[in-house]
Amino acid sequence: MTKTTILDVQVADGADDKYRLKMGPQHPATHGVLRVDLELDGETIDKCDPQVGYLHRGFEKLAEHRTYAQNIVLTDRLDYISAMANNVGYCVAVEKLLAIEVPPRAQFIRVMVCEMARISSHLLWLATHALDIGAMTVFLYCFREREVLLELFAELCGSRLTNTYTRLGGVRQDVTHSIMLKLQRFVDEFPGHIAEYETLIDTNRIWLKRTIGIGQISADKAVDLCLTGPSLRGSGVAYDIRQHIPYAAYNQMDFEVPVGETGDTYARYRCRMEEFRQSNTILRQCIERMPPGPILGKDAPDLIMPAKPGRKLEFDAVAGNALIKLIDNRDLYMAGDVYVATEVPKGELGFYFISDGMGRPYRMHIRSPSFLHIGALATIGQGVMIADLIAIIGTLDVVLGECDR
Amino acid sequence: MQILILLLQIAMLLAIVLLHVAYLTYFERKIIGHMQVRMGPMRVGWHGLLQPIADGIKSFFKEDIIPQQADKPLFLAAPIICLVTMLAALAVLPFAEGWVLADINIGLLFIFAMSSLASYGIILAGWASNSKYTFLGGMRSMAQVISYEIPMGLSLVGVMMLSGSLNLSEIVAAQGTSIFSIYLFPQIIGFFVFFIAMLAETNRVPFDLPEAETELVSGYITEYSGMRYALFFMAEYIGMMVIASIGTICFLGGWNGPFAIPFFPPFWFILKVYGFLFVFIWIRATLPRYRYDQLMALGWKLLIPLALLNIFLTGLLKVLVR
Amino acid sequence: MEPIRIAAQLEEKFPDSILGIMEHRGQVTTSVARTPIVEIIQFLKTEHQMNHLNCLCGVDNLHRTAHVGERFEVIYQLYSIENRILLRLKAQVPEAEPAIDSICGLWTGANWLERETYDLFGIIFNNHPNLKRILTPDDWQGHPLRKDYALKGDQEWSGFEQLKEKAAQLKQFEF
Repeated sequence: MTKTTILDVQVADGADDKYRLKMGPQHPATHGVLRVDLELDGETIDKCDPQVGYLHRGFEKLAEHRTYAQNIVLTDRLDYISAMANNVGYCVAVEKLLAIEVPPRAQFIRVMVCEMARISSHLLWLATHALDIGAMTVFLYCFREREVLLELFAELCGSRLTNTYTRLGGVRQDVTHSIMLKLQRFVDEFPGHIAEYETLIDTNRIWLKRTIGIGQISADKAVDLCLTGPSLRGSGVAYDIRQHIPYAAYNQMDFEVPVGETGDTYARYRCRMEEFRQSNTILRQCIERMPPGPILGKDAPDLIMPAKPGRKLEFDAVAGNALIKLIDNRDLYMAGDVYVATEVPKGELGFYFISDGMGRPYRMHIRSPSFLHIGALATIGQGVMIADLIAIIGTLDVVLGECDR
Repeated sequence: MQILILLLQIAMLLAIVLLHVAYLTYFERKIIGHMQVRMGPMRVGWHGLLQPIADGIKSFFKEDIIPQQADKPLFLAAPIICLVTMLAALAVLPFAEGWVLADINIGLLFIFAMSSLASYGIILAGWASNSKYTFLGGMRSMAQVISYEIPMGLSLVGVMMLSGSLNLSEIVAAQGTSIFSIYLFPQIIGFFVFFIAMLAETNRVPFDLPEAETELVSGYITEYSGMRYALFFMAEYIGMMVIASIGTICFLGGWNGPFAIPFFPPFWFILKVYGFLFVFIWIRATLPRYRYDQLMALGWKLLIPLALLNIFLTGLLKVLVR
Repeated sequence: MEPIRIAAQLEEKFPDSILGIMEHRGQVTTSVARTPIVEIIQFLKTEHQMNHLNCLCGVDNLHRTAHVGERFEVIYQLYSIENRILLRLKAQVPEAEPAIDSICGLWTGANWLERETYDLFGIIFNNHPNLKRILTPDDWQGHPLRKDYALKGDQEWSGFEQLKEKAAQLKQFEF
């Protein structure tokens, strides 16, 4: 067989009969810039090798040169579908590191926006997952509801996608009565919408054929692959950080963690559908029990501008210099390290911080669920068909912004 | 003189069909749009009515990109094969009593032959583009055509047996004697098989594997652009109309209706075809896509045995009734 | 069992390898030598059901004040899903020979985490099945998360130069 090349890409060579397909990074179903190098035997995948890094922006390096407060905007760009949850995750971690108290109202607001982000992220997941498998209508139904949530985010903090809503020690703005009313309406209507999605695909024979038994991961295997979130719970491991290590006001919330049994694509789908309902109940509890009070803690640090009385600064001619002096003062905070994980819609988002006592993190490591989920793809994607691989990428719910950081 | 009239008729048919194709895309977008809680095209003309024309002009003036590594003659020929075979199939369709270009005795066979030939266009497009996705798309199309041509042919054998003819006009005429003057009820199994096979034959959801956009980018048409892309599109829609017409002729009684419409005999025929097309679009808005091997299993394990059973039952019926 | 007691038990079991136990904000860190890291984690995984690997990352201590220990550290964050216990291990990796044993045998998921640490810190994981760069291109120079990595280099990445060449080539087609 002669060698045929297309734009420097080898189509077939004489060495073996493998058909090599580089799926992505510009492929409609790889959810961003994921590239999967496939070795095909007909339509069956012999070897699946995911390649990432196209979206690497060096957040961990960047964070070392910015103050704790400045880094909040970086977290928006991790999992850009649920920026709110990342904001909360980051702030919870920094507050643990610097021992900052958060008032109860802010805690409740955080839970609220987290769950809103979870619903909106899961909606996008359902939309794209269904579209990947070919069900087009669900896609637009989901976007209809997601629009409501994004508009609420915009009303809350002025931004639909990159929210930067939380602050160290609280949140940026208080929820208004109008937002609460709109959210209440959404919460009342949403179960009906879930039922609507389910009537479309839940018992659809083709959907069942495409999802049941596809991408099956046993509980042990899922833990071995370091899966988290609904992808892990679909395999029957009840690991949800909201219950295991509660943060914000989750310990005051009454909710269940849906767990699947079979660990296939359908189980993960069912898991997330149940999470819709649980998130909805959490939202309802937040609305009902939202305590009054301040939204920013008293000891919330001003890492941007030295506004606190009693904090001495050697003012230079340029205000920026004063800021840098404050931040680079090594006795600002206690040195030490913490690892704090939160349950974002995709799974476990962990932040590992090392503080050297300065106003900037000495080291910030982001443990992103998508990175490990894509890593697991190499194992799960072995021996399935192309169409199944698409379904598996969809069901693992990956976002490349978070994976590549 | 006769040839001139025939040419005029052909030109008229072509014009009408192509206009239908243009507006079929409009209706598809509009219907799917409303099923998906959105509006569909709204900008060009009143409620987007001029959208198909705008699309046509756009694709006409777009650059025709041919990949460097493509097999050029085949790459250029593929969309034309697709379109021409589909157009040729139109020749034998009787739209009403006597409204047919070529009233040949093997009309049904001719249409099968043409729709099979059209798949050559798809396979060649997949091969000639010399790209990985188009190749996979062409491969899928090949397997799909082989698997679904058979049940489709077999499902219509029952109709041929009942009517005793392959001439489409005679099939319609023969249905005057059956229940409600249509073959749907005596041939219900045949219709079921035909209906599924026709979705697969026209590459529509849930069998749109050769062009599954989330798996193979755009399947066999990935490398095509501009007018050549539009030719494939037109071929697909003409294919839909031809297949819907066969369904109408063989199972729904063709141009016969509850009462005759004066001055416009094809009224019922067109209405029934529209009904079929609506179902096509409706299914597209509702169902997910089958996997490649599941599609094959469905074709070989369910549809072919059912079609064979249908032939057996029809033969039995014929013997008993006689 | 409390994480601090698990750490104490570790010290009993591996007396020579445990270099120190620290606690900060209620989280326990055990500093360990790098050689028996696989055995230590194996012990934690089997004896204490530390079955979930939260995170694995590297640290460069070059600019740290009041730091005792080697320049590099590899952090293993372990969690027991059954017992709900967090424990952190800090393996010391010297600058002279930045290498440590891979724990891919214990968690398949560690594969990519170790590749990432290798990519960003240049710490080599022995017995790793596929130790290649992951986030940066294969022909990248240096390891970006090291503290002495220049924030602004003096030359462009070769791939970018190629891209610019290609763009110049395509310019004649009025792209």
